[in-house]
Amino acid sequence: MAVLNALIEAAGLEKTYPARDRKGTAFRAVAGVDFQVHRGEAFGFLGPNGAGKSSTMRMLAGVSAPTAGTLRILGLDPVADGRRVRARLGVVPQDDSLDTQLTVEENLLVYGLYFGLSRRAVRARAGELLEFARLEDKAGERVEHLSGGMRRRLTIARALINEPEILLLDEPTTGLDPQARHVLWDRLFRLKQDGVTLILTTHYMDEAEQLCDRLVVMDKGLIADEGSPRELIERHVTREVLELRFPPGEHEEVGRKLGDQVEVLPDRLLWYADDGEQALAQATEAGVRPLTALVRRTGLEDVFLRLTGRSLTD
Amino acid sequence: MNDRIALPPAGGAHLVVLRNLWVHKGGSPWTMALFSVFEPILYLLAIGVGIGGLVGEVPGVEVPYAAFVAPALLATAVMNSALEETTQTAYAKFAFDRFYHSLAVTPITVSGLVLGEIAWGMLRGLITGLGFLAVVTALGLVTSPWVLLAVPAGLLIAFTFGAAGFLTAGYVRGWSDFQYMQLVMLPMFLFATTFYPVTVYPEPVAAVVRALPLYHAIELVRGPALGQVGPGLLGNAGYLAAVGLVCFLLARRRWRRLLTA
Repeated sequence: MAVLNALIEAAGLEKTYPARDRKGTAFRAVAGVDFQVHRGEAFGFLGPNGAGKSSTMRMLAGVSAPTAGTLRILGLDPVADGRRVRARLGVVPQDDSLDTQLTVEENLLVYGLYFGLSRRAVRARAGELLEFARLEDKAGERVEHLSGGMRRRLTIARALINEPEILLLDEPTTGLDPQARHVLWDRLFRLKQDGVTLILTTHYMDEAEQLCDRLVVMDKGLIADEGSPRELIERHVTREVLELRFPPGEHEEVGRKLGDQVEVLPDRLLWYADDGEQALAQATEAGVRPLTALVRRTGLEDVFLRLTGRSLTD
Repeated sequence: MNDRIALPPAGGAHLVVLRNLWVHKGGSPWTMALFSVFEPILYLLAIGVGIGGLVGEVPGVEVPYAAFVAPALLATAVMNSALEETTQTAYAKFAFDRFYHSLAVTPITVSGLVLGEIAWGMLRGLITGLGFLAVVTALGLVTSPWVLLAVPAGLLIAFTFGAAGFLTAGYVRGWSDFQYMQLVMLPMFLFATTFYPVTVYPEPVAAVVRALPLYHAIELVRGPALGQVGPGLLGNAGYLAAVGLVCFLLARRRWRRLLTA
């Protein structure tokens, strides 16, 4: 039974933040979501800023209490059993919260002690993790002297100190350069192969496609759809898409000319078709002269556009 | 499940103290004490010894003025040490280092965090108190062996103000808010019988002064230092303990709201 094997089960999960003062209004960040995460999976929350991803992650981390609905993590209630749940999770927050006044190794050691590990155990584990994070030669360095990529890897290493069954990553590669991202993805992939369940939020399509077995697309606090990246693409968009660009101001007019099959964006037109070249030929036949025309395979970005009516980079 | 994990007792308060010790291990406790006693010693020299030369003996207690002022400056120094750790330093840990956020996802509880930070303030207060005590002893201003009661008294004072400080830190919106704190702390320092007995005030004013926590802190150190040990000290201690306890409970509630919303 899949339900019994679920590490995480959420049903009707909601989070409403109360108004800050008498003039303010309450804000519903998560408006009732259902999902399950299974052991060994890499599960993603995809969505633009403000979709409710981070609020969901805070509830999963056992830090924030749901306003409504039920949430079970490792078979436990994350509010009543918060400490026991947190002891078995690893959390990589969106903003680095490393102890900048301590060295790289001390960051791992002291964090392990917070989890009740013995000094001996934590020392051995820190050695392994420095290697895993490729920070062996930085062990004695103060955190302030690390690059962004190194800090992120240290944050992930720190989150692994207690050998967590589930690792939560909130936008793990935001703000990193492409090279640092690839190093990080490689490390996360290894964790997955070691059987760690990964849950991550991202607004990068390539990240979701690379890492996630299954994902949910979130928008305005709700889940728009759920599936593997491939499934979502097959369900919502055609095999290919033709991207047409015109001088500013002409998009609307050309869009009307080509009819319902095209999606008009501020900077380009998207024509979803199983054969993009054929669509381009049709457009040319109709007398359309774009500045540039590009046929490409569809991806999650297109799924998102279809599901929410706007691009992720909004 | 990892069987090497045993949830830390007391919410992990001792681990919060340990972390702070690691951060400070560059400086020994004595350099810490040196910095903390620097300012009160200047006051002691300028006002206690300097102006003390004009004042002579304090009527009622018959001790040199410097010996009268020294215990009050000790209480103030301990208070300031505990406050510094639980206000400015704590605010920086919260808002810039995101240290408390990183604790919130571990088995350390909010109670453990609040207790740990207050205990750390008490440790800082203790070091300051011992440092100041050493200096006044060297200056020959100690008149009674009861002065050793200043050590437990200092711990209680650091608890009260540490708890009050950490509660305040939970409401700080930006660095400029610390000016409001100064608005309270400076008058309290000047008028809570630091430099003269409460008997100089007319009754309605004296009543206000007696409500100040620093007044009770000073009484608790000054009485024993001058060899006057009586049951009245229990009242002072009780007052400080009560204020500290209420502040601790409110601080815990406030930080729980800030960290686990």
